[in-house]
Amino acid sequence: MSSDKKDQNEKICSQLLASKSNRRDFIKTMSIAAAAGSAALTAGCIPSANAASSEEMKLRWQEFFKENYRMMTQEEKDETVARLERLAKLRNNLDLQMSSLPPIEGVLYGYAFNITRCEGFMECVSACVKENNLDRKTDTQYIRIFEMEPGKLDPSTGDGQYYHEVPVENKFYMGTQCFHCENAPCTKACPTKATWMEPDGIVVVDYDWCIGCRYCQAACPYYGRRFNWGQAEIPKEEITLKQHYLGNRLRPKGKMEKCTFCIQRTRKGRLPACVEACPTGARVFGNLLDPDSEIRFVLKNKKVFRMKEEIGTDPKFWYFID
Amino acid sequence: MQAQQKKNLITFVSDVIRWNLRGGFGFQLFRIVLFGIMGLGIYAYSFQARYGLSVTGMNDVVSWGFYISNFTFLVGVAAAAVMLILPAYIFHDPGFHRVVIIGEGVAVGAIIMCLSFILVDLGGPLQAWHLIPGIGLFNFPSSILAWDVLVLNGYLLLNALVPAYILYSHYMGRKADERKYRPFVFLSIFWAFSIHMVTAFLYQGLPARPFWNNPLMGPRFLASAFAAGPALITLILAVIHSSTTYKIERNVFNKLRLIIVISAIINLLMLFSEIFKEFYFPTHHSSSAIYLFFGMDGHNSLVPWIWTSVCVNLMATLVLAFNPGKNNPKVLLPACFFLFVAIWMEKGIGLIVPGLIPSPLGEVVDYLPTWVELCVTLGIFALGVTVVTWLVRAALIIEQDYGDIPDAK
Repeated sequence: MSSDKKDQNEKICSQLLASKSNRRDFIKTMSIAAAAGSAALTAGCIPSANAASSEEMKLRWQEFFKENYRMMTQEEKDETVARLERLAKLRNNLDLQMSSLPPIEGVLYGYAFNITRCEGFMECVSACVKENNLDRKTDTQYIRIFEMEPGKLDPSTGDGQYYHEVPVENKFYMGTQCFHCENAPCTKACPTKATWMEPDGIVVVDYDWCIGCRYCQAACPYYGRRFNWGQAEIPKEEITLKQHYLGNRLRPKGKMEKCTFCIQRTRKGRLPACVEACPTGARVFGNLLDPDSEIRFVLKNKKVFRMKEEIGTDPKFWYFID
Repeated sequence: MQAQQKKNLITFVSDVIRWNLRGGFGFQLFRIVLFGIMGLGIYAYSFQARYGLSVTGMNDVVSWGFYISNFTFLVGVAAAAVMLILPAYIFHDPGFHRVVIIGEGVAVGAIIMCLSFILVDLGGPLQAWHLIPGIGLFNFPSSILAWDVLVLNGYLLLNALVPAYILYSHYMGRKADERKYRPFVFLSIFWAFSIHMVTAFLYQGLPARPFWNNPLMGPRFLASAFAAGPALITLILAVIHSSTTYKIERNVFNKLRLIIVISAIINLLMLFSEIFKEFYFPTHHSSSAIYLFFGMDGHNSLVPWIWTSVCVNLMATLVLAFNPGKNNPKVLLPACFFLFVAIWMEKGIGLIVPGLIPSPLGEVVDYLPTWVELCVTLGIFALGVTVVTWLVRAALIIEQDYGDIPDAK
């Protein structure tokens, strides 16, 4: 190692040690030695000499020892977002705009799905895949559309793999995704509090705090969660650059992910990608606390029902019939 | 050994290591083979570290596989040490008193294997420090997995420290003070039940999975554990009896057989009760059981597996109960072996995988472990066997050469 590179490393170490102290710094100092050994694994593979540039190493270490998102102050959230943006630039030359926008006051999101209108085009699925940077290699999808026989209302009796021209005569279509349960079994199961319900009702995952035990996936009665079994692969030109820390940012391998009601869009007052993409208007999204919202109109005037009501999970996702 | 005058904690540790490095050619070969298998496990795991869990056979439907199956089963083996501790320390059975240390060694090995299985199953093993209370964020008491982390580590400590204290006292030529360790022995008895009940609650507490969401889960875990665990301990005692100078009384084997038979019968009774419930009037909550026993939508990879397990279990239980060889070890030891394997098949893969099939939205897929999972699992088994042999070897040497002072009696 050349001497000026050594100097640089020492400087980084002292910077790490001198930075403002809190609980996290204690961990940091305790584990610098351990981190040096495991940094290679954090990256998922042995980093090439190039990738191990000192700035990148420093950012990765700080990322490795950061806290759970919920324990961070807004300042710390801004710091980690800035680090993640910088890392994306260094590693893949991506110009991300990542946000850590908090929930809007007086908002509780809810969703309704019109089973009379849906014709199974799956525009919502492709829009979701694109918006949320889902893995193209394993074809990960948050939304499932089931082709249903008349007289049935349980998606497990339907066909979730159909591949033909739609709509088919005498069939109807039912979509599922994460239902953002008020009484969510998944958040209760997580041993590290890496998944929780935000005040605006969105169930989120802190991808960097998740340890990948998949207990939440076993606990979900709606098959709402997806795991990053390997490193996700998305063509660079298709990556959605407007991201949210709790939303569509690129997930590391070995972490759980799920529908976030497009938190990166909805917290800015926009609609989720699936709602916007739906050509038949079968999808309704809005603020349950606003009496004039469309979702409240649906709940008040339509016959609505929810899936597996008997488990008591209290989903914020209703089906309705025109 | 007796010539060594100065004895302290350092010589204790160094002696333990020294004793374990000695041994005949066969023993050394055994050790080297175990290390080789562990190396294979590490090699296989390196793929998992690089490419993630995508190199396993698991997917979003079957999200737990071979690792968690083995973990679940081994918790039972660990808990079964209580079946030696209870008669030895509480009822002061002299025969059991001689072998209890071996049971505790097996428990330590089993718990180390359990923790290793959890670790290799994690998607982010480097984030495992998020589980450490104080530094991380521990979802206690809400998450049953958080409970499990606590009880498993607590049980490991209890089962390592109590024997370590007794052995160290004997090594130093003193009598172990029963007043000092007896409270911890009592605690470890309750703790053994708790590790098993908590692990059962891990599955039992999920309404999303009707196959697991069943109040019989915890009791049945205990019954199968108290059959499989003592069966394994019987086999280990037989090996020790025949290959070392440490002789084990005949009546220990007889009593163990009794424990195994009673537990195995209760286990089969509960299995029958479960099967009755699932098949007398099948509901849509029975689909996992239908998949397991008869297959579904052309997927039936577990059908031969579970029927083999049930038949072998039944045969082994009958042999142990009716004792056709009149205590002939050539009949009873294979029966113990087959009972152990049958329960491993049923309470590992036969319990975990069908719980996840069909998915909550009705998808049926088959699960097969990949070579990576098999090799990592073998590596962890080798680690467990190594731990047990190291501990037991040291314990037996101390008990034989130093432990002439009758313990607390």
